[in-house]
Amino acid sequence: MKWEVVIGLETHAQLSTASKIFSGASTAFGAAPNTQASAVDIALPGVLPVLNRGAVERAIRFGLAVGATINRMSVFARKNYFYPDLPKGYQISQYEIPVVQGGSLTIATPQGEKTVRLTRAHLEEDAGKSLHEDFHGMTGIDLNRAGTPLLEIVSEPDMRSAADAVAYAKMLHALVRWIGICDGNMQEGSFRCDANVSVRPEGEPTLGTRCEIKNLNSFRFLEQAIEFEIRRQIELIEGGGTVVQETRLYDPDRHETRSMRSKEDAQDYRYFPDPDLPPLAIDDAWVERVKALLPELPDAMKARFESQYGLTPYDARALTASRELAAYFETAAAALPGGAKLAANWVLGEVSAALNRASLDIAAAPLSSRQLAGLLARIQDGTISGKIAKDVFDAMWAGEASGDDAADAIIAARGLTQISDAGAIAEFIDAVLVANPAIVAEYRAGKVKAFNALVGKAMQATKGQANPAQVNAILKDKLGA
Amino acid sequence: MLNASIAELSSALHAKRLSSVELTQALLARIARLDPALNAFITVDPERALADAKAADAAFSAGAAGALTGIPIAHKDILATSGMRTTCGSRMLANYVSPYDAHVVEGLARAGTVLVGKTNMDEFAMGSSSETSHFGPVRNPWNPEYVPGGSSGGSAAAVAARMVPGGTGTDTGGSIRQPAALSGICGLKPTYGLCSRYGLVAFASSLDQAGPLAQTARDLALLLNAMAGHDPRDATSLDRPGEDYTRTLDEARGGRPLAGLRIGLPREYFGEGIDPAVAAAVDAALAELCALGATTVPLALPNVRLAVPVYYVIAPAEASSNLSRFDGVRYGHRAAKYRDLTDMYRKSRAEGFGAEVKRRILVGTYVLSHGYYDAYYLKAQQVRRLIAEEFRRAYRDCDVIAGPTAPTGAFRLGAMTDDPLQMYLNDIFTVAANLIGAPALSIPCGFDGNGMPVGLQIQGDYFAEAAMLDVAHRFQQATDWHRRVPPMAAP
Repeated sequence: MKWEVVIGLETHAQLSTASKIFSGASTAFGAAPNTQASAVDIALPGVLPVLNRGAVERAIRFGLAVGATINRMSVFARKNYFYPDLPKGYQISQYEIPVVQGGSLTIATPQGEKTVRLTRAHLEEDAGKSLHEDFHGMTGIDLNRAGTPLLEIVSEPDMRSAADAVAYAKMLHALVRWIGICDGNMQEGSFRCDANVSVRPEGEPTLGTRCEIKNLNSFRFLEQAIEFEIRRQIELIEGGGTVVQETRLYDPDRHETRSMRSKEDAQDYRYFPDPDLPPLAIDDAWVERVKALLPELPDAMKARFESQYGLTPYDARALTASRELAAYFETAAAALPGGAKLAANWVLGEVSAALNRASLDIAAAPLSSRQLAGLLARIQDGTISGKIAKDVFDAMWAGEASGDDAADAIIAARGLTQISDAGAIAEFIDAVLVANPAIVAEYRAGKVKAFNALVGKAMQATKGQANPAQVNAILKDKLGA
Repeated sequence: MLNASIAELSSALHAKRLSSVELTQALLARIARLDPALNAFITVDPERALADAKAADAAFSAGAAGALTGIPIAHKDILATSGMRTTCGSRMLANYVSPYDAHVVEGLARAGTVLVGKTNMDEFAMGSSSETSHFGPVRNPWNPEYVPGGSSGGSAAAVAARMVPGGTGTDTGGSIRQPAALSGICGLKPTYGLCSRYGLVAFASSLDQAGPLAQTARDLALLLNAMAGHDPRDATSLDRPGEDYTRTLDEARGGRPLAGLRIGLPREYFGEGIDPAVAAAVDAALAELCALGATTVPLALPNVRLAVPVYYVIAPAEASSNLSRFDGVRYGHRAAKYRDLTDMYRKSRAEGFGAEVKRRILVGTYVLSHGYYDAYYLKAQQVRRLIAEEFRRAYRDCDVIAGPTAPTGAFRLGAMTDDPLQMYLNDIFTVAANLIGAPALSIPCGFDGNGMPVGLQIQGDYFAEAAMLDVAHRFQQATDWHRRVPPMAAP
């Protein structure tokens, strides 16, 4: 039987506010345990939550970026359950009326672009951390993270493969960083996904029973966990079993998902509107203020790159993977009149490859976009060939020269200027012809390949600096071809 | 002199006829004499009181004294006070000391009051008799066999026995007004949001409001002046300009100072179930108000009969969530022995909470649970809005609404312990004001057949505190019920 996979993602993005969502304590990562937990975060008797407007502002920014509705009135609710790292015994979240409703995200898949609809995005607070190691049979509680603002972004079940899910997660990850609402640091837990996975026979209109895989904090784990879960469910059903709705955890060491709790043990969270917080009112003026400060969004920038620079959709999408990469490209392109395509090729080619090799982010590239433009200008004006340019690029990457004219300095120091003087090239070619009578004979005997060998010899003789087109032309001329 | 009101004591202090240290010492001596029989205090801190009093006397010397400087007061033990434990009358918090002061505690400290101690109360403010405290029941100064009302019974008894001239309480369903009535003093529940709830240990967040208890309406106004005010630490605190609640009290208006005042009398407040002596005292008070120039307007508030059932859904629902933080993990009582986490929660909470608190947590958990939420909590919120609309309409025809504060006078200790429903009905006239968030006060207006005090409740529309206090003050100018002192406090 052919199976169709159905996936929806719930993503928790930690909002990049300096202080917590309901208290003035810092949200900085890595402080000593419980040094960033205020009376409100510890839930001392008598304290009250006060909403951080910066968190709301970021939620609005997200809603605008995905074309969602910003609810003018949304409600904070209490989700009640007992856990030692949940100080109040309830989490303040949004339940019936979230701040952001609807919207969509366009993702690039091997099958082409695809739209994933969003259900909602709501504000909530994070819990603290339970530390089970180093306490000799006891559990330590660190409440530094308690009260950290989160935006929970819920997608519709619009993804059909693990690859779709990863593409969506990556696109969302890029977007939240693009609009500056989340640092996207997955190791620190700033961006984590829960995946709802089900399968159904192809053509079946009703959804299969889903399982939720919790807390996937890398794209690789997301992909592996979903792949495993798809196989598990199909094997289960094909073996005559049925999928039970449950929450599962992914174990990356054993490459499998394991049951955490079934629907039957699901807690009754007893949601009700938090009486400590009036409904969140957002007026048009606030939305307009946020809109005015919104940067150009990836989709709009991609379209502009295609029309303004004549780039392919593929290149335009790749260059708008992050604001930093796009800015790097645009700065280089601006400094290189008529050279946007060349700049795009180099940014996506040499620069990206070098960054990957060094595991660096574009922001940390040792070569500035102006320096790159300086190098590419020399290809444009024929000073060096593309091949020589790669050597110069490597030298610049290694820091052999500094300043915007680093390329020129290296070209001069190494004497790499392309030889375009026909007389000079002819002299080199004469010498090559004299030194290689056998090859010349082969050519004359009708071996076309021998011509390329002679070009190679000529280039070698000029240490690659001769203009290859001229070498070709002059050689042809000399051989009377 | 010790039985004088805050305003009178303040005059004496300003006139240097009395120092705050002298006053505080005398009251501490009276507390030492009377409180063993009344149990109005959970904590008395003579050292701190005398330090506050010395500071107040210094303020007088420096010419920096205000209307409340040097006045000894007591806070209900549900308001957070740094350096003095805040127990909420519960074993759960028996040794808990807050690192910060509640907003109203700050306000009264800034006004120069002297903090004598913390008063006893029903555990977590859940009760109408002050019998559910882990620290034992409070007794009524008019007759120690009787309850003082609750949950702010400790503050009410302390003021009634003249151990302090004023104190604070909190009112979630009548917890200031009912004990004020049953103890023969004055108490005011302000408009919701007028006094910040920051530092008020939450019972039912949408209903809780702190307010003053004192001998006279003027004293309530003086205390409220220091307690009200916007607080950015409470998202439900109202941001509005401050006002002087005493501003109209000294206006000269001749023999009919209440001329033009329309008093609404809901027929639901004067029906069955009211003790005849209570009804008679209230009728006499209304006649007095009419003699002062007021007129009465008959009203119908048919949905008010639903106020008690609505209250006993909403208040426990919020309480069940608010009290979840008392889990033995970070502070408060933790069981000495437990097997695992769940066992630690169970034992700590089973040992830390008393029966009434557990009853309300169970009810609240039930009404919020899946499948019952719509039928109980949501329905209760809808009825709550209906009641609010009914009151708003009523205030088109009247300026204030009056009636008995409670259907009976104080009852004997233990009389209702086994009958929580009967106990809940004591809140029948008081809970509506909490549900709608409007202000209400109680002033003494007579005695019942047992010689126990009777209270007159005056309710007003939002922010009508000054007008309501004016009515109460004019009544007290013409009567002396507020001057009656229980025998044990007689000079």
